[in-house]
Amino acid sequence: MIQSDLTVILPEIVLALFAMGALLGAVYTGKDRLASLILWITAAVMIAVAAWIGLTGSGTNVAFNGMFHDDAFARFAKVAILLSAAVVLIMSEDYMARRDLLRFEYPILVALAAVGMMMMVSAGDLIALYMGLELQSLALYVVASLRRDNAKSTEAGLKYFVLGALSSGLLLYGASLTYGYAGTTLFSGIIATATEGQVSLGLLFGLVFLTAGLAFKVSAVPFHMWTPDVYEGAPTPITAFFATAPKIAAMALFARVMHDAFGGAVGDWQQIIALLSVLSMFLGAVAAIGQTNIKRLMAYSSIAHMGYALMGLAAGTAFGVQAMLVYMAIYVTMNLGTFAFILTMEKEGQPVTDIAALNLYSKREPGKALAMLVLLFSLAGVPPLLGFFGKLYVLRAAYEAGLAWLAVAGVLASVIGAFYYLRIVYYMYFGEDREGLDGGGSALLNGILMASAIIMLVGIVNFFGIEGAAEAAAITLVN
Amino acid sequence: MTVFAFAFYLFALGTIAGGLFTVVSRNPVHSVLWLILAFLSSAGFFVLLGAEFVAMLLIIVYVGAVAVLFLFVVMMLDVDFAALKAEMAKYLPLALLIGVVLLMQFAVAFGAWEANAAAEAQRAAVTPVDRHNTEALGMLLYDQYFLIFQLAGLILLVAMIGAIVLTLRHRSDIKRQDVLAQIYRDPAKAMELKDVKPGQGL
Repeated sequence: MIQSDLTVILPEIVLALFAMGALLGAVYTGKDRLASLILWITAAVMIAVAAWIGLTGSGTNVAFNGMFHDDAFARFAKVAILLSAAVVLIMSEDYMARRDLLRFEYPILVALAAVGMMMMVSAGDLIALYMGLELQSLALYVVASLRRDNAKSTEAGLKYFVLGALSSGLLLYGASLTYGYAGTTLFSGIIATATEGQVSLGLLFGLVFLTAGLAFKVSAVPFHMWTPDVYEGAPTPITAFFATAPKIAAMALFARVMHDAFGGAVGDWQQIIALLSVLSMFLGAVAAIGQTNIKRLMAYSSIAHMGYALMGLAAGTAFGVQAMLVYMAIYVTMNLGTFAFILTMEKEGQPVTDIAALNLYSKREPGKALAMLVLLFSLAGVPPLLGFFGKLYVLRAAYEAGLAWLAVAGVLASVIGAFYYLRIVYYMYFGEDREGLDGGGSALLNGILMASAIIMLVGIVNFFGIEGAAEAAAITLVN
Repeated sequence: MTVFAFAFYLFALGTIAGGLFTVVSRNPVHSVLWLILAFLSSAGFFVLLGAEFVAMLLIIVYVGAVAVLFLFVVMMLDVDFAALKAEMAKYLPLALLIGVVLLMQFAVAFGAWEANAAAEAQRAAVTPVDRHNTEALGMLLYDQYFLIFQLAGLILLVAMIGAIVLTLRHRSDIKRQDVLAQIYRDPAKAMELKDVKPGQGL
């Protein structure tokens, strides 16, 4: 029995063993001198594992008495997580090395966080869910305060840690109430007891607390307070990491808990998620208007985007989950490009985060300004870019599920949100002429920026085939 | 009243009184002692439930290690607890209000509490009758929850890496122990045996 179980979780085992091996190897040999090498190897291993999962995985495999599910949904999320984490690692090397932050523990912590995320999206049990979540979060708390001599970075780490511990408490409290009601922590057991119209008050309390804990992890309003401070304080490559892989993992986990454990009681959680969604969209759109720091702005942007992704989940249908997966994939691609651009924002070798520094950027760097324009339009959801189709997808899912009011609210929030994206475009093309940023940036970052912008333009043809994968994933989750 | 019921109410009283006096007692050392009473009484509950191993674990880990650690910290740190309490008193009305609201919510939740009819049959870890308590726990930890157990180990590893990353600083102005140099020191060169004659000295 154990052998077949281990075969199912082999990708996770390989990644975890790699992380431990790299740790041992680096500690006994060159330490931080090897950091750059380990970073590249970690990125390569992640891409290899992603290819392995994506190309060879098939069917639905359940291991460890139902605690671990390897199905199309988990594989879709895992491939997205691993690829985005690998890209972020590659993007961060130059930045971290020049600021003396490139320690060999950094890629190892990212790899262990990725193991945690893979466990999260495959969880079939409340305990497995919590263990994956903690493994991921703990690694994230540490990398947030990696620049330990900087007050903002340590503040970011501490704030993230304290609020994260609080949210874990909420989640555990909800899990214990659910366990008390169902008598088991397995999702397959919970779904047998939580059926529509028969949900007792105790289970409802459990469901609400669980949702609150998960909403914190995806930074949905009203559990978003940590996001701007953590995004601003953490080193920029770490912020890029926070905005991508953990968001996919948390959103996939959200979908898995709601459909695998509470799929029989959609009516009971739909309204909670719809409320989280509408609040996130509006707060993300309105609060970002006053921001001048581009990292804080991206934090509010991510809050708003999580609102749209939650809208897909709120639909409670297989099409809703499919829309959410497609939306997350597009969101992550846009964010990788945007953060590649933010990483190149420098003045005399120092990172700049003030958006006013982008004044007339198009005069100096027309190519990069154009790529950024495409990405910002896509983030705002302007047709005919890919970001628009992502939004259209979730709006359609919400409308078809009878949540027309939510779809209308989404359109309104999107119009408000367009303002602050367009303001950056305005600065880049029509701002006043001032001393601006240094030109250049590494070829790698520029390449990622251009690739992301080109995907936003070309992807509208067939979405690079992720639609079909997302549909297959959604059908295995919702049945 | 049976012995069982008597023991239950005794332990319940001990736990509640211990918890209450941990919070209200003026002397922090007394607080820790009351906390130990709360732990011991909870261990009694586990014995009543038939989980002797967990009861012993609670006493050894919490009373033996955690509470004693608290005691040391309380006695070593010179914290003016009276001033801290005075600061806290300002927020007392708000805290009481929140406490009352929470209590009412719990009353609603648990007043209407009912487990699902299928819950009894779905239990994952039923207290076994045919085997030893410790053995049953071992079967759960290392067999049924093997994956979780390994993940917990991985989390501890991350915590350790994190603690080292965030706090370790290499200082150049201190002497370090070089284990290999110590091992390879040759006794023949490092020391010399002298035969000291009585009354002569070296």
